Amino acid sequence: IRTIYVGHREPPPGTEAYIPQRFPDNRIVSSKYTFWNFVPKNLFEQFRRIANFYFLIIFLVQLIIDTPTSPVTSGLPLLFVITVTAIKQGYEDWLRHKADNAMNQYPVHFIQHGKLVRKQSRKLRVGDIVMVKEDETFPCDLIFLSSSREDGTCFVTTASLDGESSHKTHYAVQDTKAFHNEQEMDALHATIECEQPQPDLYKFVGRINVYHDRNEPTARPLGSENLLLRGATLKNTEKIFGVAIYTGMETKMALNYQAKSQKRSAVEKSMNVFLIVYLCILISKALINTVLKYVWQSEPFRDEPWYNQKTEPERKRNLFLRAFTDFLAFMVLFNYIIPVSMYVTVEMQKFLGSYFLTWDEEMFDEDTGEGPLVNTSDLNEELGQIEYVFTDKTGTLTENNMEFVECCIEGHVYVPHVICNGQILHDCTEELFFRALCLCHTVQVKDDDSVDGLKKSQLSRRSCIYISSSPDEVALVEGIQRYVFELLEVLSFDSVRRRMSVIVRSSTGHIFLFCKGADSSIFPRVKEGKIDQIRSRVERNAVEGLRTLCVAYKELTAEEYSKVQKLLQNAKLALQDREKKLAEVYEKIERDFILLGATAVEDRLQEKAADTIEALQKAGIKVWVLTGDKMETAAATCYACKLFRRNTQILELTTKKIEEQSLHDVLFDLSKTVLRHSGSLTRDTFSGLSTDMQDYGLIIDGAALSLIMKPRQDGSSGNYRELFLEICRNCSAVLCCRMAPLQKAQIVKLIKLSKEHPITLAIGDGANDVSMILEAHVGIIGKEGRQAARNSDYAIPKFKHLKKMLLVHGHFYYVRISELVQYFFYKNVCFIFPQFLYQFFCGFSQQTLYDTAYLTLYNISFTSLPILFYGLMEQHVSADTLKREPSLYRDVAKNALLRWRAFIYWTFLGVFDAVVFFFGAYLLYDNTVVTSNGQMFGNWTFGTLVFTVLVFTVTLKLALDTHYWTWINHFMIWGSLVFYVVFSLLWGGIIWPFLNYQRMYYVFMQMLSSGPAWLGIILLITVSLLPDVLKKVLCRQLWPTATERIQVKIFFILKLVFCITSL
Amino acid sequence: MAVNYSAKEEADGHPSGGVGMPGGGAGGGGAVKTRKPDNTAFKQQRLPAWQPILTAGTVLPAFFIIGLIFIPIGIGIFVTSNNIREYEIDYTGTEPSSPCNKCLNVSWDSTPPCTCTINFTLEHSFESNVFMYYGLSNFYQNHRRYVKSRDDSQLNGDNSSLLNPSKECEPYRTNEDKPIAPCGAIANSMFNDTLELYRIDNDTRTPITLIKKGIAWWTDKNVKFRNPTGDGNNLTALFQGTTKPVNWPKPVYMLDSEPDNNGFINEDFIVWMRTAALPTFRKLYRLIERKNNLQPTLQAGKYSLDIAYNYPVHSFDGRKRMILSTISWMGGKNPFLGIAYITVGSICFFLGVVLLIIHHKYGNRNTSADIPN
Repeated sequence: IRTIYVGHREPPPGTEAYIPQRFPDNRIVSSKYTFWNFVPKNLFEQFRRIANFYFLIIFLVQLIIDTPTSPVTSGLPLLFVITVTAIKQGYEDWLRHKADNAMNQYPVHFIQHGKLVRKQSRKLRVGDIVMVKEDETFPCDLIFLSSSREDGTCFVTTASLDGESSHKTHYAVQDTKAFHNEQEMDALHATIECEQPQPDLYKFVGRINVYHDRNEPTARPLGSENLLLRGATLKNTEKIFGVAIYTGMETKMALNYQAKSQKRSAVEKSMNVFLIVYLCILISKALINTVLKYVWQSEPFRDEPWYNQKTEPERKRNLFLRAFTDFLAFMVLFNYIIPVSMYVTVEMQKFLGSYFLTWDEEMFDEDTGEGPLVNTSDLNEELGQIEYVFTDKTGTLTENNMEFVECCIEGHVYVPHVICNGQILHDCTEELFFRALCLCHTVQVKDDDSVDGLKKSQLSRRSCIYISSSPDEVALVEGIQRYVFELLEVLSFDSVRRRMSVIVRSSTGHIFLFCKGADSSIFPRVKEGKIDQIRSRVERNAVEGLRTLCVAYKELTAEEYSKVQKLLQNAKLALQDREKKLAEVYEKIERDFILLGATAVEDRLQEKAADTIEALQKAGIKVWVLTGDKMETAAATCYACKLFRRNTQILELTTKKIEEQSLHDVLFDLSKTVLRHSGSLTRDTFSGLSTDMQDYGLIIDGAALSLIMKPRQDGSSGNYRELFLEICRNCSAVLCCRMAPLQKAQIVKLIKLSKEHPITLAIGDGANDVSMILEAHVGIIGKEGRQAARNSDYAIPKFKHLKKMLLVHGHFYYVRISELVQYFFYKNVCFIFPQFLYQFFCGFSQQTLYDTAYLTLYNISFTSLPILFYGLMEQHVSADTLKREPSLYRDVAKNALLRWRAFIYWTFLGVFDAVVFFFGAYLLYDNTVVTSNGQMFGNWTFGTLVFTVLVFTVTLKLALDTHYWTWINHFMIWGSLVFYVVFSLLWGGIIWPFLNYQRMYYVFMQMLSSGPAWLGIILLITVSLLPDVLKKVLCRQLWPTATERIQVKIFFILKLVFCITSL
Repeated sequence: MAVNYSAKEEADGHPSGGVGMPGGGAGGGGAVKTRKPDNTAFKQQRLPAWQPILTAGTVLPAFFIIGLIFIPIGIGIFVTSNNIREYEIDYTGTEPSSPCNKCLNVSWDSTPPCTCTINFTLEHSFESNVFMYYGLSNFYQNHRRYVKSRDDSQLNGDNSSLLNPSKECEPYRTNEDKPIAPCGAIANSMFNDTLELYRIDNDTRTPITLIKKGIAWWTDKNVKFRNPTGDGNNLTALFQGTTKPVNWPKPVYMLDSEPDNNGFINEDFIVWMRTAALPTFRKLYRLIERKNNLQPTLQAGKYSLDIAYNYPVHSFDGRKRMILSTISWMGGKNPFLGIAYITVGSICFFLGVVLLIIHHKYGNRNTSADIPN
């Protein structure tokens, strides 16, 4: 518990003595580094990555012991990597510093000695009384003391916190809401007790003690409705006063920020597994060579022939120490098999590649002027691996543009224009109904008409803008005038109760309770009214996909009201479990209603939503709709957007069914139905779409889900879940209705952790989707939550853009990065394996085959750019084709290009090529002359020949894999080869004065002057590439994938078109 | 008439941004973009591109072409290689019957050197220029400790390195506190057998002129290897303060009588200093030039090889050979390249045929099916 003295005034003596606490100042520090600690801290951070640490160790080993390669060969690349990363992180941190400074120096008004003072935000301290004006953001977490509005309320949007851009009402503390100016505020004498800072945005419990002269202090409970969070913005309220309770890094926003977890992509995981495999290969290679070395050296004339004596210290060294150093030296020699540059290249590819997404014109929304947003480029390729899409309905699949369609009062149906003409308000019930609608809301009339982005009411003559926390309400209110009532209590809306109530006193002194909410939460509480008629109407509307809302009321006597008031007061004052107690009280109050009627509001589907869903399903992605709406409404939407089709057999797993049978039976029945079919056919998870198969659609509601998720008494909780998952797996579409936000996340988690570990994507637009978005592998936020974009990994303007994002961009990203990863390992196997083979011919002495410059530059410059640009530009099939043929997405599903088979193929190809290089060169050189002047070549020429073949083969292999040759690819691929040749000519063309060896002098030129070397290079390149070409052609011819068929088809069409045009 | 509502379309951000923590640490690609992206071909990934694919149809001709090119090349190389005359004598002397058997266990400093003579007969005459090589087996010139045991600065004539050789030369860096020139294991173990060739014509031994220049790379002889510089051209003076490699009988400035083949620029020395790639290697020893166009360089007939046997190889199981070879445009005798070319060419040709069959048998399945001809 922390205690705060409002305005830093000590409580009057005699009250409990508090231990003074120290609070941090209001400085927000999101930056990781300072100017001074950047270098050490950043280095530390970077070397915590396993790969970097590994390279550091290699580098240190090279420095310490006598190793075959100079420390430069691994030090330079490492330095490069570290520097690039450090610059990137430093730049990011600099941006953060700038943002922090802007935040921390933002001027804040607060009261000091009865005067308003302007100070920098960072100087704010706990206990300060702060004034915030309209449209300003709160500088820290404040307890709301008073407002310029008479009723002591204010409106805020928490768009930047949770994505909810609607206006929320907050209430000033009762005892202080009358204080309207600085002097009055300064006179306030109070302490606040509250909990220690917690990250939950919606929970807050505290108490304020206000001291009036010498009297006993009055205690008031404080709840989240009194708390104004840092980051939220004051709206529609001129100014407010508040006292700072949490500052700086203790604000809820800061606490939330820190809690964000890191997501890792499937490709990254595969990459790490491959890395471990290669590490094992590396260690075993080093071990084999060490052992062989000592076996081979056991004869002294081999260990130390007369022509090659050791130095004294070498001779004296302990055998085990020597063996260990040899082992390390072999490790160093072969360490390039795990490429440093792969990490840089992968990072660059992801970072730069993500720009193509943001640049995409087709994904730009003209209406809002927004394009897609990439918050983390780490997950790009995951977009090509999605197996489950969880989508919110309202606002994501639908427009979230509410149109009032009709209302049903006492069984009579009215349509809007009738209402607006004002001709119907003669019946008493109708009047009551509209009264209820008008009263039972938290809509505020915004008189300011300068706010843009809000459509002005078309019906009302005045330029009024209605703002509310629920879109339904505004739609209803706009046509109807306000009545004069006195508001007594608000039983606010929550997603568990799914209803809200108000208690009002009419001008005649009658007290009414109006309640409005979802039909399922109203009907059980109704005792009279034309229930059946209205219910049938409500159900009809729901089937048509309309949002329905029921309205009911009851009249309270004065005694009843006072009882209710007391109950509410007690509950609100509770310090602990306040929400639970409030819920209990609400439950007690909201009963025995008289049903008034129902309204229906239409929410239209977003454009191309159906098309998108169809495409996703064709792509083998299972689409789940998670919504809070009622089943009928949601099901209608699902039919409209083609999630369910006419021939889809709907399986229901709803509360109603479970009431009839036990959950156990329902589940087993369903699984029987589903498995009967899939059992007889091949159990391909993706075959759910073939026309000869029965399509299943599952509908489940929140209550049924919580039953399934609930662990059973006997501890066999997994049972139902497994069964449920089994059913889901065989359904092409699942609709989850009546979901609470947390249940959405639960569902996602359930699927994510099921035994296949599918990749999930969640897309939503509001605060209620944030938890689901954070849970899923990839989270996408649509329209409403633009401000909450940092919770999502990607943001797109419209649902329809999901199609291109997954089918085109995701597919490309995946194909590109998987080739990149495989290719990197391949080229380093090719690079290092000849080195390994050479050890058998140099007495296991760790002699390098290649020159130091080649060792260093191979990954940095000779072979780096072509693959990077392949990773950015490759399009194995055109984007249009991918969009037109969603089924191509299945070709890369389940990490297809990085499976073990593919990995082993690449590795063996690398080994084969390496064997070809080495033994090809060996046979070419073995005990013969390859020059026309009879002169001999040495070991460096031998290595250079192998290296030349290597560079050419590896680059040409990439060229063979490239399907999309833009001028950039041409430039990079041929440019790399030219660069290699030019570099080699230069490197061998000069006696380099700063080097202590000149072993490469004229080696490359001499090699080029030899005919057999040329012939050998051409031969070896051909032989190395041959198997891969053959494999490609045969696979394409005999077992073509869908992608390959399409490629061929398009190829021939293009050829045909070309032939026709040329004729 | 419908009532339109769009309360949630609050598009613009809040003045101060409201967010203290800018984008994730991962550094996403997107800053907030409010403007429409440029419609450039690059940004829209629509750059004009050549989109080749490897199908049986497209690869087929390539296979045939490779086959058709490689096979003739292979045959050409093979024929050339077969036309090369090569004669090799192992004079290690491990067999007791060998004339050099007596010298098997010589040491470096045996004076006078052990000499032996091996007679041999050339069945065919060597028409063009003949190159004389010495070959060593089981000699690890590519051992790491050996390869790095040299000082290129010293060999390049750098005076400071001459007197203070690189540490890499250990343990052949100094001797009796004097820097060794040339330092290092490579120089120290320089091959020092002397080979002389005689033609035996009716019991008369005619020496064959062996040319000792032009056996090293031109760049090595003229750029990479330089004698130390100083006043005058007296090598003895220039190498003042250094000592000879331990195993050498005489210092480096006494390798040859001709000044342009003495010291570091002695060609035998330069040839030796180019370390071989594999433990079995040969090095160019002498050239035998063709005198005139009427006579072959080496006629068929009897010859004798006189060897001053100084170089011990028995201790490490090594072998020593003398090789006489003619050279074509593609070097010495090497059947590998020709055979490899013929094999690869044939395989390509064969694969071409296989692909042709496959293409015809399965080709219709996925290509021309939906495309009218």
